[in-house]
Amino acid sequence: MCGIVGLFLKDRTLSARLGELLTPMLASMSDRGPDSAGFAVYGEGRAGVVRITLQSATGGEPAFELVLEGLTAALETHVQELIRANHCVLTLPASAREAALAWLARSAPHLHVTGVGQRIEIYKDVGLPTEVAARFELSTMRGTHAIGHTRMATESAVTTSGAHPFSTGMDQCLVHNGSLSNHNSLRRTLVHDGFAFDTENDSEVAAAYLTWRMRQGLDLGGALEAALDDLDGFYTFVVGTESGFGVLRDPIACKPAVMAETDDYVAFGSEYRALVDLPDIGTARVWEPEPAKAYFWTHAR
Amino acid sequence: MDTRTVTVVDLAATSVRALNAALHEQCAGTELSDWRVYNPLGQHAIACGIDGDVHVEIEGHVGYYCAGMNERASVQIDGNAGVGLAENMMSGLVRVKGDASQSAGATGRGGLLVIEGNAGARCGISMKGIDIVVGGNVGHMSAFMAQAGNLVVLGDAGEALGDSIYEAALFVRGSVRSLGADCIEKPMKEKHLNLLEDLLVRSGMRHAEPHSFRRYGSARRLYNFHVDNAGAY
Repeated sequence: MCGIVGLFLKDRTLSARLGELLTPMLASMSDRGPDSAGFAVYGEGRAGVVRITLQSATGGEPAFELVLEGLTAALETHVQELIRANHCVLTLPASAREAALAWLARSAPHLHVTGVGQRIEIYKDVGLPTEVAARFELSTMRGTHAIGHTRMATESAVTTSGAHPFSTGMDQCLVHNGSLSNHNSLRRTLVHDGFAFDTENDSEVAAAYLTWRMRQGLDLGGALEAALDDLDGFYTFVVGTESGFGVLRDPIACKPAVMAETDDYVAFGSEYRALVDLPDIGTARVWEPEPAKAYFWTHAR
Repeated sequence: MDTRTVTVVDLAATSVRALNAALHEQCAGTELSDWRVYNPLGQHAIACGIDGDVHVEIEGHVGYYCAGMNERASVQIDGNAGVGLAENMMSGLVRVKGDASQSAGATGRGGLLVIEGNAGARCGISMKGIDIVVGGNVGHMSAFMAQAGNLVVLGDAGEALGDSIYEAALFVRGSVRSLGADCIEKPMKEKHLNLLEDLLVRSGMRHAEPHSFRRYGSARRLYNFHVDNAGAY
């Protein structure tokens, strides 16, 4: 199993409530995925500024304070940090991104980078979805779109790094319900093309595959359509980009999916139960996304 | 004339288990009754296992296995239904005003299932005597291994319709993406037109003209093993 939820706000009407709306969605999918949970939230972002989300396996604040000191000294630039439990979001000039990531890999290998981008923040951990959401104060987060996942592990261990979402490119993330059967051969292709993988997880390969296709020039919809030819196995994916939100189900469509749309938002749930607390859900258009059909929405920016 | 009582249940306040227990208890008595169920909130197994002459109206979207194993009762859903709607239904009427997810009417043995919107994949999988009328489209692998009963589709059918079908009649008004193994088109005779008309009338879809449908069924080539058919297994 596994549960997926997603919320893409069409305008700013609900942006202050994004996290508050996603929290019960995530909680409702606990029985589909009680092992771990995670979510990506796309905040407002500022041009020229990048966010790096760090995850510490060993706990919080002292480790992050050391990183902040070291990084500030090494980069000779101002770095801000926001600590939430065992995660920390660093905010720094976009021009310092590569130097910062290199410094982190060298000097703080015990910290795992869950996401990098102008707008994305990714939090994920083992535990019940309600506990994970509370740990990171999801209900207080604002933004334009968010994707969450509750995991029942099948292809790899119940670990923090095996939790979703997976991010393999700037402001990109993917969550997955299902299991891929050709992820090893695909991983070799992607490694050959320069990708590095953090886990043995099949879903991370799917995320990297879409990043790879988008780097080749395809838009999100094109990358999803290409995935239909190249990915083998069972999947329902929900994908986020800096300004987009996509959904793809494999042609067999064993893994469930329900969507709802109003004037204000597009929402995704593995089951309709995940959507029941959304505003105006009673009058929303509710439908099941079709197998082998790429759905995507983009903010005009 | 109206001696039926109406019982209102709010599933935001009452558990599905309590609702189902109350419905089962009601069926043990002789009094006819109507039920209105509010706030189904996508919960699973609502109005399952009813065996009696009750009418249940559910206001909103339901989750998995709604009205499963239904006998005699009429259950109406004013919304969409999740996976396995009216699974293994025995008799009675189940009507969903919106769409149904995959495996609607699976293994159904009798009664009438009406889906006014679209049905997902595997509609009528392994059906064993149920009649299913779908106002919209059905997804892939519908009527897979169907054994008896009728599937009527006013819209289009997805890939592999009627794959490995034993018996059962399939009527489709729109296009069929592809037929499954051993499923073929068959001539529409007078008795089929009459059967179809009856089903359309009973489903409240008399606007659909029986002559506009095509009939599909089993070629009966997979009943016994024949080495020439090995590729079809």
